[in-house]
Amino acid sequence: MVTLTLDRVGVALGRRRVVRDVSAAFAAGTLTGIVGPNGAGKSTLARAMLALVPATGAVRIDGDDVAALPRAGLARRIAYLPQGQTLHWPLTVERLVGLGRLPHLAPMSRIADGDAAAIERAMARADVLDLRDRIATELSGGERARTLFARALAVEAPALIADEPLASLDPGHQIDVMELLRAEADTGKLVIAVLHDLTMAARYCDRLLVIDRGTILADGTPRDVLTPDLLRAVYGIDARIETGGDWPTVTTFGRAQPPD
Amino acid sequence: MRRSLLLPLLAALTLAAAIASLLFGPVDLSVGRLLAAASGHGDPIATTILFELRLPRTALALAVGAILGLAGAALQGYLRNPLAEPSVLGTSNAAALGGVAALYFGFAQIHPAVLPLLAIGGALFSLALLFALAGRSESPLTLILAGLAVGTLAVAGTSLALNLSPNPFAAMEIMTWLLGSLENRSFEHVRIALPCVVIGAAMLLWNSRALDALTLGEDAAQALGVDIRRLRLRLLVGTAIGVGGAVAVAGAIGFVGLIVPHLIRPLTDRSPSATLLPSAIGGAALLVLADIGVRIVPTTNELKLGVVTAFLGVPIFLVHLMREKRIW
Repeated sequence: MVTLTLDRVGVALGRRRVVRDVSAAFAAGTLTGIVGPNGAGKSTLARAMLALVPATGAVRIDGDDVAALPRAGLARRIAYLPQGQTLHWPLTVERLVGLGRLPHLAPMSRIADGDAAAIERAMARADVLDLRDRIATELSGGERARTLFARALAVEAPALIADEPLASLDPGHQIDVMELLRAEADTGKLVIAVLHDLTMAARYCDRLLVIDRGTILADGTPRDVLTPDLLRAVYGIDARIETGGDWPTVTTFGRAQPPD
Repeated sequence: MRRSLLLPLLAALTLAAAIASLLFGPVDLSVGRLLAAASGHGDPIATTILFELRLPRTALALAVGAILGLAGAALQGYLRNPLAEPSVLGTSNAAALGGVAALYFGFAQIHPAVLPLLAIGGALFSLALLFALAGRSESPLTLILAGLAVGTLAVAGTSLALNLSPNPFAAMEIMTWLLGSLENRSFEHVRIALPCVVIGAAMLLWNSRALDALTLGEDAAQALGVDIRRLRLRLLVGTAIGVGGAVAVAGAIGFVGLIVPHLIRPLTDRSPSATLLPSAIGGAALLVLADIGVRIVPTTNELKLGVVTAFLGVPIFLVHLMREKRIW
């Protein structure tokens, strides 16, 4: 069972310290949501987990320091779904999903049967089999999100980190993507997603990590973590949290008034 | 067209072009005389023309065309920009500046390897300067502006070097270096260019799938195991060695790396890796055909190769302009 641990992780971009002293442990089979205001350091923290930015402290996957692992070796252990949907070349969906097999291929080698099977499985899970011959740059936002998700699944890594996978998706497609993330966690993967929609995060995540100004402000189950006081402190908003249903729902009223 | 047919068809086209290049020239030789010369029983004139003139010229056109086409495709893949190309980015002109400096300041007399080495050095310096100027920007405009700056600097340097040269014939040479030519090349030139082209091509073709991963952006490519710094270094050095070696013998022939990937890409699955090898073979065919063209067009002075490729390159820019303006 895969584990990911952060030990006093810090990241400075230029002179600005974006992530400070973050320590946390993540286990297989859980979906963890990282939430917090814009500029809080969520994406930078996610990038630090993949050794994409130089960081102090240590990020370890199964005890191995990610910064010391060879790139391809790390890529086979953590799949990454980055922010944004920019595609630079008009590849077909199947070809794009196939990029997920890159960490498994030696230079100049051909795609093996096992890779082809992994691509099929990923496309089936993300429900893009019928799009396989379409050009990815010509897909709708929802179709493209599912295709990029399939690309991350094709890596077949035991851990998956998704950075704002719901950005620019309509509510229906947001549910589709969250269901996919949930399903991955339910198959025993370690899944971490940077999210903005608190109700979505509360509904699907096992655990929420609230980040503000580069540090962890709260860490626990959505019911424990999401309180009006915390939302006022982190986002500066007044909100009501309904906890009567199957999951907490957050209704925001407006900017919090500063105390007199 | 079936994609599996692309490489065989391109190879057949290149072979046909190469044979035609051996058959055509200012001196009209019959196929019979050339065949006799090729088999070692020909008359001295036909033998000399075939082995001393047409064969090295054809071999150079193949090698130079191949590396220019390949470098264009590789740079476009790495920079995610369909306008990237050694001449558009100023690399070819910087290599020419290195070659000119070697020739006209006498460094080339020290050792035969100095001229190609300085051409490679010029190309390497220009690419490093380009990457420094354009930074991590993915905007085509930034890159083209940086390329324009680098290229203009190199052309100015070449013109200045030839201006200041004590050699009275230098001015006439400016055109050859800036436009490129394969006139009067011998096997000596093939020996200089071929190793550079082979090494450069091998570096550009190695692990080309890393370029495909960049379609998702640098972060995603790194998370897929691509070592971006190593990839950049390999492309930079591979392009510099290959293009530097080509320019050292043929001058700065432009636009081959722009034209060929553009024609090839629609015939592939459009991934950068799939365009590399076909662009190399297509580049070889294009330059051989262009070189046949400059020989059979009846002009007092032989046309420069770069003039022909520049004419062919303009429509590619027009297509981009029309797409930008959404006319097409």
